[in-house]
Amino acid sequence: MERDWRVILERVDDYRWKIPMSFMKGMKVPGLIYADERLLGHIREENTPIQVANVSTLPGIVKYSLAMPDIHWGYGLPIGGVAATDIEKGGIVSPGGVGSDINCGVRLVRTDLRMSDIKDKLERLTAGLFRNIPCGLGSEGKIVLSPQDEREVLRNGCKWAVKKGYGKEEDILHTEEGGSLPGADPDKVSQRAFERGRKQLGTLGSGNHFLEIQEVEEIYDEKAASVFGLFKGQITVMIHSGSRGLGYQVCEDYVRIMSGVYSRYGITLVDRQLACAPFHSKEGRDYFSAMAAAANYAWANRQCIMHWTRETFEEILGMNSKELGMKLVYDVAHNIGKLEEHVVEGKVIKLCVHRKGATRAFPANHPDVPVDYKEVGQPVIVPGDMGTASYVLVGTDLGMEETFGSTCHGAGRVMSRAKAKEVARGRNLIHELKEKGLIVKAKGRDTIAEEMPEAYKDVSQVVHVLHEAGISKKVAKMHPLAVVKG
Amino acid sequence: MKRFELLDHTADTGIIAYGRDLKDVFCNAAYGMFSIIADLRLVKGTKEIDIAVSGLDLYGLLVAWLSELLYYQSVKNILFSQFNIDEMDEKRLKGRAYGEVCDKTRHELKTEIKTVTYHQLKIEEIRGIWRIQVIFDI
Repeated sequence: MERDWRVILERVDDYRWKIPMSFMKGMKVPGLIYADERLLGHIREENTPIQVANVSTLPGIVKYSLAMPDIHWGYGLPIGGVAATDIEKGGIVSPGGVGSDINCGVRLVRTDLRMSDIKDKLERLTAGLFRNIPCGLGSEGKIVLSPQDEREVLRNGCKWAVKKGYGKEEDILHTEEGGSLPGADPDKVSQRAFERGRKQLGTLGSGNHFLEIQEVEEIYDEKAASVFGLFKGQITVMIHSGSRGLGYQVCEDYVRIMSGVYSRYGITLVDRQLACAPFHSKEGRDYFSAMAAAANYAWANRQCIMHWTRETFEEILGMNSKELGMKLVYDVAHNIGKLEEHVVEGKVIKLCVHRKGATRAFPANHPDVPVDYKEVGQPVIVPGDMGTASYVLVGTDLGMEETFGSTCHGAGRVMSRAKAKEVARGRNLIHELKEKGLIVKAKGRDTIAEEMPEAYKDVSQVVHVLHEAGISKKVAKMHPLAVVKG
Repeated sequence: MKRFELLDHTADTGIIAYGRDLKDVFCNAAYGMFSIIADLRLVKGTKEIDIAVSGLDLYGLLVAWLSELLYYQSVKNILFSQFNIDEMDEKRLKGRAYGEVCDKTRHELKTEIKTVTYHQLKIEEIRGIWRIQVIFDI
């Protein structure tokens, strides 16, 4: 059935659009989409609001079923969706609400370098990163985990990596959750997931994952930028990867388990991919423990990748990491489930917050913000596509109130991969990007075409909407100089 | 009759597979899935793997079948190019897949499939032709 979203969506203000509860039977809360007219056009066209409405039928959901401006079709929750459930009132946890790449996320590394320091060595740096960091489809890493070590990775995440020499203590302090989500239980992770994870730690993967050398192009908030150690003209490195095959397997296992039990808990589903169970049920708790374990794997993964990035910079530039000033600004997850306290109807309650293609964005003085960032708030790292730009944002009090402290995660696709390849046919994208001053190295034959800039929404517009809406504030913008892709 | 065609989906990719009967369409869905991963013209069917899976219903069974094959690809590095289902009902199937261990000097890998989804999953018979629509998270 064709729905006329122009009629259904109620305009709240320039950047907020509501799906009223009267739209569909079973909605427990309204839907709220953040977008401007232009982004909304695409969202309407893609029929994504129906997924936002579907999510609002989940048991225990509070306030709103939220959608960020970068939303696009996902399975179950849309990508760019946020849903929080009251776990003491039968609230559910859903693997489809977290996504299959559990703790897919981004980390940003600062340096004391400027373009003039690396200009002549950029090609060599890129080649070095491409050589030192395993990437591509089914890529296997330099680390083969023993069963005991793999359990440790799942339990302790980044802490395991740092203990093994892949990085420094200070990295942990600048990682969401200290790079180790509490409650992780390796015993809830299947043998198959273990097998898939054994050789993939420290690998970038394929698809939209990347490693980029960037230059800070603009600073919007001098104070926050200086607290985060960022300045105009600075060289930064961004790493985008997740929990690899281990995370996909955890998602698959628990979608299957929950598909078999949800009806027993009296849950009716409008979409099978939203399979879920009450948080306080055996299946709910088991999934959450397995999800946390996969999240820890992802944090350890990005930590190892960053370690080899540091090594590559040291080797090629002939400087030590202190001279380079290479420090982790922050690491954020953008596919994750969290237990958090939020104020709902004037009361502090414990919620299970699903962020799928959405990023935590806590404001100044929140206890979970690193001590040295406390006065400005948590940095949010938003990667763009390979042709445009990436952003650093910071959380706000309004975001805390309205979106459970969440914001967007990136640009969001507008073009399918097949369509992108069609559009790219006959074009030399590597050359086109080179003309723009960008070096690209990719393993997969089709990756560059599939990931071409035109296939994505304009990240600047996505970030702008949330800035204007007051959900997160812009701090800095970086443009890519070199990209390594799977 | 075409074995399958690619389906366009913004974030993900999918296929529509066709078959004379359920066994045939399940095999063609598997063939379609592996065609997304690699160029199957270059994959020999020298290695034989027995597959036995079950599901809560026909949809669950299809997801289990494709996920099982994907497991061999991601963990054992095997690419499959031929499939045979010996027996099946709505909840169980037994069959075999033929392929070989991926050899990077001969095989070109195209796309990684993360998981098989239930999203817009369809299994239907229209005028004697079976049709499966399935979307993959890539």
